[in-house]
Amino acid sequence: MARDLEFERPILELEKQLIELQETSVGGHIDLSKEINAIADKIRSVRAEIFKGLEPWQVTQVARHIDRPSTLDYAKLLCGDEFVEMHGDRLFGDDPAIVGGPALIGGHRVVLIGHQKGHDTDENLHRNFGMPHPEGYRKALRLMKFAQRFNLPVVVLIDTPGAFPGIGAEERGQSEAIARNLAEMSQISVPILCFVIGEGGSGGALALGVGDRVFMLEYAIYSVISAEGCAAILWKDAAKAKDAAAALKIRSENLLELGIIDGILPEPLGGAHREPQVTAEAIRRAIDEHLPRLLKMSPAELIEKRYAKFRAMGQFRVAQDAIDA
Amino acid sequence: MNFLERLIGPRKSEVPSELWEKCPSCGAVLITKDLARALYICSKCDQHLRMPIWDRIALLTDGSSFVETDREVESVDPLSFVDTAPYPERLKKAFKKTDSFDAVTIGEGRLDGRPVLLGVMDFEFMGGSMGSVVGEKITRLLERAAQTRIPAIVVSASGGARMQEGIFSLMQMAKTSAAVARMNAANVPYISILTDPTTGGVSASFASLGDINIAEPGALIGFAGPRVIEQTIRQKLPDGFQRAEFLLAHGMVDMVVHRRTLKQTISRFLNIVLGPAEVQHGA
Repeated sequence: MARDLEFERPILELEKQLIELQETSVGGHIDLSKEINAIADKIRSVRAEIFKGLEPWQVTQVARHIDRPSTLDYAKLLCGDEFVEMHGDRLFGDDPAIVGGPALIGGHRVVLIGHQKGHDTDENLHRNFGMPHPEGYRKALRLMKFAQRFNLPVVVLIDTPGAFPGIGAEERGQSEAIARNLAEMSQISVPILCFVIGEGGSGGALALGVGDRVFMLEYAIYSVISAEGCAAILWKDAAKAKDAAAALKIRSENLLELGIIDGILPEPLGGAHREPQVTAEAIRRAIDEHLPRLLKMSPAELIEKRYAKFRAMGQFRVAQDAIDA
Repeated sequence: MNFLERLIGPRKSEVPSELWEKCPSCGAVLITKDLARALYICSKCDQHLRMPIWDRIALLTDGSSFVETDREVESVDPLSFVDTAPYPERLKKAFKKTDSFDAVTIGEGRLDGRPVLLGVMDFEFMGGSMGSVVGEKITRLLERAAQTRIPAIVVSASGGARMQEGIFSLMQMAKTSAAVARMNAANVPYISILTDPTTGGVSASFASLGDINIAEPGALIGFAGPRVIEQTIRQKLPDGFQRAEFLLAHGMVDMVVHRRTLKQTISRFLNIVLGPAEVQHGA
């Protein structure tokens, strides 16, 4: 059973009761199915109630849940054995925080690329909590160019707190690595489908995010800066992260409204980690729906439309009085 | 704030005129009225101080050849963002404090006779942060360069993305970088000048993508801020970390150039790459 978040506490007591009943039922050979079903129903309705009213800061907790499926979990669910993970940027090293390689998803031959977080401390140390180094972005770019050569569409799963603020990352030019990906992705001649599956953290997320279509899972977030970072800078108080999370408008519904993303994939009750298979299925359906349309476009049309998509992002006004003066 | 208000309004009236300031590096007392003539370089230690944008424009362009464009592009408040103050108030304050309409000023001028498109960022305007307006103006500049085949020069000075515009600011990184890619495809030179400081979303987009990247001596250049890195890795950063010379040593910039020779360096580069301005064909 997935670990509960703080705001799921009201469910905790019910879950305990459920386990007790199940044990009694099995151990004592008594039919308690009526009681068990009643409690299971109650858990569902309480959870539904809680998730209906989630605050942006609570959504952030769901997006960061340690059990939340990351790229390799989806690779397993979507591709089974039909995924060949490739390693290394051919320049410096291999970044375990970004993974990728050719994959078969629902009959589509693609190159799958994504951030990789861990599900426990050891794994997280290995994956650097999903925070890439420059070699990660450069590996991703290498795979995209590989995809382009073999005319394979690219599927990207985005899930990172952000670029890693470390000495080596700066020495090896993470600014350049991110910038290069942004520039190069805008010119890739095969379709690029992006899904923000967890945290879309700033430049580290966007470095894989210049897609023809960009979707978010319901409880994923996408932000220019972490709520904590924003609170520390603007409020001078990291404890104001709740306020920052609300002000930054980082939820999928906000981003759809602001015209930044193309759609939202609903998650199972309680979040993607409660039923990873169901979430994977939603991703597969979205690929199934959108990829054929993109594959009908010529490379020139794809690139032109992708450019126009990001070209149009931003809100400003053109002051008429300034033009007239 | 409308345009008229801006023309006749009390520009800079709230800023007290300081007679002197201290060099942040060596502490020498510098007479403010002499600084402009000294190109905002400390006479004692050669530290390159931040240069006001119109001084920068004068440094890089011939006489009064520079004509500002696109200043009618103004910031709005797409998220209705309020931290300790509402975003529109911060904009108003920045506008009064500076000579800029937003954190970048763009236009066309001549550099040793050659037409150039020039963008100069203003760190005094909300930390040179990139929101929708900066992204739009940089993109227009680069697109214009690709179309007209006039070389583009961008002088960066920025703390990064403008948080008050949230996700829109992040997307300006993609937008401006894609415009650089178009310039590259058109084979029109793009010169990036990185000044103190160039960090965050600006460093990780157009500022790092020049055909030639030129840094000013001592400029802080990097993606993550040094304080954030120190807090993350819990160790002191080495001397000179993320300074221009560090970037040169790590292959991220082509050269570190003294402000006094900046214009002639750009000029020489363009003359060799494109041929002398007078005999240019197909411009």
